[in-house]
Amino acid sequence: MHTLTLAQQLQKLEAKEFSSLELTQHYLERIKRLDGELNSFITTTEELALAQAKAADSKRAAGDSAPLLGVPIAHKDIFCTDGVLTSCGSKMLSNFKAPYNATVVENYLNAGAVTLGKTNMDEFAMGSSNETSYFGKVLNPWARDCVPGGSSGGSAACVAARLAPAATATDTGGSIRQPAALCGITGIKPTYGRVSRWGMIAFASSLDQGGVMAQTAEDCALMLSTMASYDSKDSTSIDKEVPDYSAGLNASLDGLRIGVPEEYFGEGLDPGTEQAVQDAIKVYQSLGAEIVSITLPHTELAVPAYYVIAPAECSANLSRFDGVRYGYRCENPQDLEDLYKRSRGEAFGEEVKRRILVGTYALSAGYYDAYYRKAQQVRRLMKQDFEQAFAKVDLILGPTSPSPAFPFGSKTDDPVAMYLEDIYTIATNLAGLPGMSLPCGLVDGKPVGLQLIGNYFDEARMLGAAHRFQQATDFHSLAPAGIE
Amino acid sequence: MQWETVIGLEVHVQLNTNTKIFSGSSIAFGAEPNTQASLVDLAMPGTLPVANEEAFRKAVMFGLAIDAEIGKESVFERKNYFYPDLPKGYQTTQLDKPIVIGGHVDIQVGEATKRVRIHHAHLEEDAGKSLHEDFHGMSGIDLNRAGTPLIEIVTEPDIRSADEAVAFARKLHALVSSLGICDGEMSQGSMRFDVNISVRPMGEDKLGTRTETKNLNSFRFMERCIEQEVERQIEVIEDGGSITQETRLYNGDTHTAKSMRSKEEANDYRYFPCPDLLPVHIDDDYIEQVRKLLPELPAARKARFEEQYGLSAYDAELLSDSAVSAQFFEAATAKSGDAKLSANWLMGEVSARLNAEEISLSEAPINAEQLGELILRIKDGTISSKIAKTVFDALWKGEGDVDLIIEAKGLKQVSDSGALEKIVDEVINNNAAQVENYRAADDDKKPKMLGFFVGQCMKASKGQANPQQLNKILKEKLA
Repeated sequence: MHTLTLAQQLQKLEAKEFSSLELTQHYLERIKRLDGELNSFITTTEELALAQAKAADSKRAAGDSAPLLGVPIAHKDIFCTDGVLTSCGSKMLSNFKAPYNATVVENYLNAGAVTLGKTNMDEFAMGSSNETSYFGKVLNPWARDCVPGGSSGGSAACVAARLAPAATATDTGGSIRQPAALCGITGIKPTYGRVSRWGMIAFASSLDQGGVMAQTAEDCALMLSTMASYDSKDSTSIDKEVPDYSAGLNASLDGLRIGVPEEYFGEGLDPGTEQAVQDAIKVYQSLGAEIVSITLPHTELAVPAYYVIAPAECSANLSRFDGVRYGYRCENPQDLEDLYKRSRGEAFGEEVKRRILVGTYALSAGYYDAYYRKAQQVRRLMKQDFEQAFAKVDLILGPTSPSPAFPFGSKTDDPVAMYLEDIYTIATNLAGLPGMSLPCGLVDGKPVGLQLIGNYFDEARMLGAAHRFQQATDFHSLAPAGIE
Repeated sequence: MQWETVIGLEVHVQLNTNTKIFSGSSIAFGAEPNTQASLVDLAMPGTLPVANEEAFRKAVMFGLAIDAEIGKESVFERKNYFYPDLPKGYQTTQLDKPIVIGGHVDIQVGEATKRVRIHHAHLEEDAGKSLHEDFHGMSGIDLNRAGTPLIEIVTEPDIRSADEAVAFARKLHALVSSLGICDGEMSQGSMRFDVNISVRPMGEDKLGTRTETKNLNSFRFMERCIEQEVERQIEVIEDGGSITQETRLYNGDTHTAKSMRSKEEANDYRYFPCPDLLPVHIDDDYIEQVRKLLPELPAARKARFEEQYGLSAYDAELLSDSAVSAQFFEAATAKSGDAKLSANWLMGEVSARLNAEEISLSEAPINAEQLGELILRIKDGTISSKIAKTVFDALWKGEGDVDLIIEAKGLKQVSDSGALEKIVDEVINNNAAQVENYRAADDDKKPKMLGFFVGQCMKASKGQANPQQLNKILKEKLA
């Protein structure tokens, strides 16, 4: 059952070839058996899942046809789930049971999906390797000595290892696309404002966006149609009708103009990765697309601008974790200052502390103009880069990350090397554009990701292009060894 | 040396919206701790703010009332600092792009009108409260107030004395009450003042170093605090010292202030635009719609009171100042048909009683109809002005309506000539010597001597004799 895609599972559930309970039990059994080593889940919600599965089966028997009725999925542990541990990968929230559901979680419940559990992640979504999680690192199912990518490493690994057909995730600088690339699956980060942030624990509010991961673009389309919604509880949510992303998947690519930015093929790009991407370009040409060379001149400023804006926002967003109302509190605080210092000092990991300090510095009196204001100016320039590009092309294509999965520990002592992992993905977050990653080859047995970037709210076209690519290739159906 | 005081005020005004500025919780005062704190107010992970349109509307009303410019693009910023009653670790406020820019409030200083310029007014959220009693050595946090919408009104340093500061504060209180954007309950913290004070030699242009005293919530505290601080600053300078820029805290119980923190210890608030809230754009149509909602403002009402009721400028100013007193006056006048008497009673007896009991007019135990009725009974001769005070006492104590009190206490004025003649006859019989003196006296001395007999008759009638009639009968009988 687990080798089926989510779309196929839905058909079989509809055809009563198996029940949601059987499917759910199958995944729970796999998680129990295989995840001890992979560590892709922080929490499995077995009882809840079984109850939801039974309810889904009765509903289907009664003629209900909710779009995801009975399909089990996993949620990144950044989404609040009522009554369930929502840790955000941090010691700070290692005792926090959310008192409410994120809008995204609510949307999936309403669509009839079953919750298998909560997936591992870099602490507060800060990291590109899943090594910063308080709950331990996640192994890459393709190469167990390598990272799965981050911050949504748990979601990516569990889908790659077929421990769930699909999972929710979030992307602030590449946290969906980079782990999707490193784990050989498909992931989409929609336009900023497309998915509600209510109940999604904030890292950098102006960049955070929820999205999904699955085996195929078709599954991502199904998942996104449920996830996306206008939400009056999120002021940055955009009141725009959500299309049926599955409807246009088979649209012809004849005459589609695909831009290839020259800046995405420079120094630092692994040759094997470059070759896989060049091969993908040929596939698109054979499908009728027109390849256009474009330029995004401010690309090299993306990482520095991001590492001012994201830490600045996180320095304020994480102030609420003060040991006063919920979460971790130090033993025997002597006074208020001691309570703050030790609670935060003991419960935040190194990377989180580094970013809070960087952000605090960037916003300080006397430095604001040099850092924060300047970074916002750069951000506008990046937007303009893309606007000019999209005047000429319909989609932009390039590598998702500079190289395939790297070994544990190889970049942990060099934050800048780690930050450069997101060199191709960060610009879309700064611009608020939708982006996705899909498998386009293997290098030394490790997956390579192809990145597509769409114009604002043009997810349907992007998903269609990804789907047509997957009709023409079979990289997406490759599975890592040892997961059956 | 002659010193000049320079004062600027920052006034926090709680807006009386139905719900908080960024969440759907109620803002009602006095609820059990933390019963009006939602997920957003508790700053639960993952929660987000949504701006309350009503708070914007009320802030725009204020801006229009003080003749200010309305910020077409209004931006919220995060002001970062840690405190247990600040759940998010930052206050959402406005800095560079506030909702109200400029404007002015005119105050009465003696005979002259003085203009106090407003620098700006911005929207922000209130913090919760820390409770330091009854928690076994720990502190409690009540987040009911957290997220209550405030406008912070910042004046230019145009104020020159404690009197002017109080006049400004009263005027502002009257204005926001009249606009119906604030309940005006100072004792509940609905209006709180931060006072920036400096002194400089008279004639000097350069401002002296200022101190800021925070969180004064009564006019009286503000007045005392300013007087003390001015005195302190002058003393320090005259003793050869200099003023330290600092934040001070005034203690209303001991009437003393002490330094809270100096400029060096001041927080770096690291303001930056709140990414969870988009800039709010306000167009001319919206502004014009709000303008139509503006009620009559105190200045216009004052002019109308002079014109319509023939009140003096002084009376009109006093009665038009707040919506509550204006309504009370107009309702009492409507009932009594006598504006002058209504004004006198309101500013005399009623006001004295309110001051004595330290309550506001809205808390008074009598209403405008009752006062009007009382005046009506004076005018129709049922009771004398003197007896009216007894009836007023009873009214205040809640002993019933005017007519009921007059009836029950037998206070009706005696106008019956038979009864009055009887009293007069008795007084004349009992005071033969005085009667003889009176009759023998010169005509020009008689009016003065008549007073004695009036007094005796009043005493005999327990004050209920109709004075005009009594005079007439006495004169006849003594002739």
